[in-house]
Amino acid sequence: MPPRTLFEKVWDAHVVTAPEGQSALLYIDLHLVHEVTSPQAFDGLRTAGRKVRQPLRTVATVDHNIPTTPRGLPITDPIAAKQIEALQKNCREFGVPLFDMDSAEQGIVHIIGPELGITLPGMTIVCGDSHTSTHGAFGSLAFGIGTSEVEHVLATQCLPQTRPKTMRINVSGKLAEGVTAKDLALGIIGRIGTDGATGHVIEYSGEVVRGLSMEGRMTLCNMSIEAGARAGMIAPDETTFAYSRGRRFAPKGKDWEDAVAYWRTLASDPGAKFDRVIEIDAASLAPFVTWGTNPGMVVAVTARVPELKSFALDADRRAAEQALAYMGLNPGTPVEEIAVDRVFIGSCTNSRIEDLRAAARVAKGQHVNPKVRAMVVPGSQAIKHAAEVEGLDRIFLDAGFEWRESGCSMCLGMNPDILQPGERCASTSNRNFEGRQGRGGRTHLVSPMMAAAAAIAGHFTDIRNWRFN
Amino acid sequence: MPLDKVNVDTDQIIPKQFLKRIERTGFGEFLFYDWRFSGDGKKIADFVLHAPRYTEASILVAGKNFGCGSSREHAVWALADYGFRVVIASSFADIFSNNSLKNGFLTVRLSDEQVAEITRRAKEIEGYELTVDLEALRVEDGRGFSAPFAMDEFSRHCLLNGLDDIGLTLQHEPDIAAYEAKHPVSAEMTAILAG
Repeated sequence: MPPRTLFEKVWDAHVVTAPEGQSALLYIDLHLVHEVTSPQAFDGLRTAGRKVRQPLRTVATVDHNIPTTPRGLPITDPIAAKQIEALQKNCREFGVPLFDMDSAEQGIVHIIGPELGITLPGMTIVCGDSHTSTHGAFGSLAFGIGTSEVEHVLATQCLPQTRPKTMRINVSGKLAEGVTAKDLALGIIGRIGTDGATGHVIEYSGEVVRGLSMEGRMTLCNMSIEAGARAGMIAPDETTFAYSRGRRFAPKGKDWEDAVAYWRTLASDPGAKFDRVIEIDAASLAPFVTWGTNPGMVVAVTARVPELKSFALDADRRAAEQALAYMGLNPGTPVEEIAVDRVFIGSCTNSRIEDLRAAARVAKGQHVNPKVRAMVVPGSQAIKHAAEVEGLDRIFLDAGFEWRESGCSMCLGMNPDILQPGERCASTSNRNFEGRQGRGGRTHLVSPMMAAAAAIAGHFTDIRNWRFN
Repeated sequence: MPLDKVNVDTDQIIPKQFLKRIERTGFGEFLFYDWRFSGDGKKIADFVLHAPRYTEASILVAGKNFGCGSSREHAVWALADYGFRVVIASSFADIFSNNSLKNGFLTVRLSDEQVAEITRRAKEIEGYELTVDLEALRVEDGRGFSAPFAMDEFSRHCLLNGLDDIGLTLQHEPDIAAYEAKHPVSAEMTAILAG
């Protein structure tokens, strides 16, 4: 057998059939479901008189629409309430396990999968959400799908797929202090653009990637979609096995041993060919801040908002001009002079315990600038409780941050956590599109440490110069 | 209708506040909402969608990377519900392309130059008309512009024949069952329902 990439191995292992002249039919090991993209899919099943083929391979939670204020209060938005009720009704009717709002396991769907040991290496994982790419950190093929495909997977547990191309992004060197997986992700998108990896599955490799914790790898894979990638993958290794071992739904005993033996084969063979290879030197990275209205519009915190004449292509210059107008920024402004109104530490990109520890380290003994409103939203109930045991909540509250219940929160403004028009936010989320966090809201994507620092300073500041207490 | 923008993301096509509906229909009135209406609900007069000359438009022409961002299929539903049947652009985001196919909505990829040419003609010529022929895989305007476009043959076949995706997959039931027999659900996952 010729040498194969990690992607090819996982793909090949899941092909149910590959009919001549048609797309291959892939089996889906795990289908994650949330309240926003599923109602029409379940309705479709109902209309066609179909059942969910594999309820035990389907796991649901509520995350996008729910408030992050204390649980138990009624949901004030009637349409959100209706959507959540629809999910509850659908899961009951079709026998799908649901980690509901009152559950100790509830959280953002891409956080709880790995946390519970449901997400494991070598799987095919789909969800009606583009940041499904997160699970690729385990060496699984994980990608976002639309509602019609959600219905398709519910009905058949399979998905016809055209085979994507492969891209290897090799990161060598060493991440400097203050430069995180989030900055690596932003650096990559800044370099290749928001369509740089369209049609490709990215495999991240190299000593820097090997050195990332599982949480760092999840941040990196999470952002793959922002480069246009179909999915992002990292080969599993001892770090992966140590993370998943013993988790509630991970295999145990002999099943675990057998699983690990198989997972050890999930690496790209020497000599395996990729359609594209990109080399990144960690020395080229810095703490980054987006200035525009897509994640590719990004510079180092020590740099300036770009001049319009620096854009060679006419369409790019016009896009930059429109972005600067929307963001209320002037070309040439040093990023460290940009003041913020709000700070959001949360989202499936950066709301895990290591993210919270990093932000708490910055916040310890400091106080949020009086002009800033800052909130910390842990990615799951489990993370919230772990953070409280470690006293991180106290550090945040003492410093004047709000400490919230888990959910997608201000990443996308579908719930009460929303920016007002013109408000400028330092956010650890994944998208800075116009209106993403609220109509007229101005989003700047950063790492958790950079967000905490901005909350305290009142403006963006280079975390590498921070004086920790 | 020439939407002369690049990287049009799905947050612009259908902003998140409209994703709370549980039906597939009725999204057309929210298409490009934040570009059409200001915060107080007033029409933003110079947005291209309001121009009377484009009221009947069923073909949208846009710049590269159309449909990037979130996987929300609602973006396709909004475009289709509004009355568009085709988007022509120099590139599309993968998830958006996939979602389009599921809804009989056509994404047509032409070169940057061809897109620029059509955009120019649409803006300059009153009553400009374009024909997208899925059978012949060709875009023409009857005024000298003619360009072929490519499409995966199987997808084209399904679109032309209105084939039901799920029905097609279930034709492979024996293969699916055989796969499942070799890959049972784990003991731990089986325990979830009890938990």
